[in-house]
Amino acid sequence: MHQRKAGIWPYLLVAPALLVVIAVVLTPVLNAILMSFQSYDLRRPSAIEYIGLDNYQAVMRDTLFWESLWRTVLWVVFGVGFQFVFGFSLALLLNKPFYGRGIVRSISLIPWVTPGVLIGLMWRWIFDGNFGVFNDLLIKMNIINQPIPFLARQDTVFPAVVVAIIWQGIPFFALMLLAGLQGVPIELYEAADIDGANVFQKFFRITVPSLKNTIYVTTLLRIIWVANSVDVIFNMTGGGPAYASQTLSVYVFNKANALNLGYSSTMSILLTLLLLVVAVPYLKSMFKNQES
Amino acid sequence: MGKEKAYKRILFLFLPLILILLFLIFPFYWTFVTSIKPETELYGKSVTYWPRDVTFQAYRSLFIDYNFIKPMKNSFIVAMSTTALTLFVATLAAYAFSRYRFRGRRAFMILFLTNNMFPTVLLLIPLYAIMRRLGILYTPLALILSYTTFTIPFSVWLLNGYLSDMPMSLEEAAMVDGANRAQAFIRIILPVLVPCLVATGVYIFMTSWNEYTFAVMFTNERSRTIPVSLKNLIGQLGVQWDLLTAGGIITIIPVCVMFFFAQRRLVEGLTAGAVKG
Repeated sequence: MHQRKAGIWPYLLVAPALLVVIAVVLTPVLNAILMSFQSYDLRRPSAIEYIGLDNYQAVMRDTLFWESLWRTVLWVVFGVGFQFVFGFSLALLLNKPFYGRGIVRSISLIPWVTPGVLIGLMWRWIFDGNFGVFNDLLIKMNIINQPIPFLARQDTVFPAVVVAIIWQGIPFFALMLLAGLQGVPIELYEAADIDGANVFQKFFRITVPSLKNTIYVTTLLRIIWVANSVDVIFNMTGGGPAYASQTLSVYVFNKANALNLGYSSTMSILLTLLLLVVAVPYLKSMFKNQES
Repeated sequence: MGKEKAYKRILFLFLPLILILLFLIFPFYWTFVTSIKPETELYGKSVTYWPRDVTFQAYRSLFIDYNFIKPMKNSFIVAMSTTALTLFVATLAAYAFSRYRFRGRRAFMILFLTNNMFPTVLLLIPLYAIMRRLGILYTPLALILSYTTFTIPFSVWLLNGYLSDMPMSLEEAAMVDGANRAQAFIRIILPVLVPCLVATGVYIFMTSWNEYTFAVMFTNERSRTIPVSLKNLIGQLGVQWDLLTAGGIITIIPVCVMFFFAQRRLVEGLTAGAVKG
């Protein structure tokens, strides 16, 4: 802690970043709030006017909004859930010493650096109904006889997009949890060995409690990212067929692309408010950790 | 005894590891294999797991017929400018947060962190309207500014973490010797901070290079970046998977290389907040 009198310097140093953020984040957020009360449709620019709560009422009556919202919940639960399970497993495996561990760790990061567009398109090609490799594998393993057009069917499209988001998120979980694992004092395990604890006892009594904070923070962060993710679904299916893979973020994006900015602003504000449930505890714990 | 241990190691370490790795690597492998297959094989009767004839026609065609250099150049300009702008303003702010205690510090820090939480789609819509009004829609500036919405808050936070871990005693010693704060920063802190700046910069570059959602709305034919161009390879003739996957491979290689060098310190920085306490 620095006791020297700070004066104006810190404010001058923070000012540039603050100005940019005010210009590109806070102003748009205020704008979005205003637009949500307007009939802001760029296809009818002359008819832009304040319409009170009309957009909000329309959203509440929009069955597609409720469906997308429910799909977002499933998207987050299954997406983040499996990212966590596989990421945690990978972290535990990478925490054991073996030859070539460094390379394996680097290679397993590839999904993290892959652009969302490419993830969407890549999996679209893998799940392709005619030439897709996934169908070919299933046929070769005698699981199916006929290729299935996974992305063209309403009952298979959603699990397929979830697979893509799981793929994207595993490395982040693995890396964060691996860093956490490496911080667990080895003495704890040695003491447990002396007491004759088995693998599961060690896992649930030592590993999990030691990683509690890492798990908490990483999961909250992933929930926010996955809920906000547009590019993977948009490039894989566009939200279709018949909206069967459309999450709320994708719905907002599709509406914005259709230039109905007032309506999409309304939905994006509702999405933000819902995400506060996750964001507030995340912010609290991040702040507490960095200050301590 | 030894045999049982080896068996256990295979069952509980290598087998699950290989399965997870297969899942993680296969799509990437498949993208590459697709990009070097001739079209006849790509849309043939049977799926081949390694091309019978290897061809680099798709890569050639990408650069010659589709002028892929153009979006690469656009992406590079946007990513480089975003990185430079972000690093500059974020380092100043992070320095202030880590070295001074001042009124409003807490509020400012919360503000920066909160800004990271806003959904892309929330900012996208008003930014589109604002950029249109300012007349900078479809210019690189539109993208650079929109990317700072997530890069600045993130970098301030990350750099603050790195700086807070650096002891102040060295700087103070230099200042006792008559250097002012700016000199002490440049001579003492900056050299130690460079690897952290590189790691942060790589992350900023990567996210800007990969970004699609803003890019698709804020660019036109002239200012299009790689992710948008990739998607646009899907034309009236359907998807040309060889071209698309070749484009994907070209996109991902530069960031992969950069990322592997920066990953260790980046992960240290990312986990610093979460692992503590």
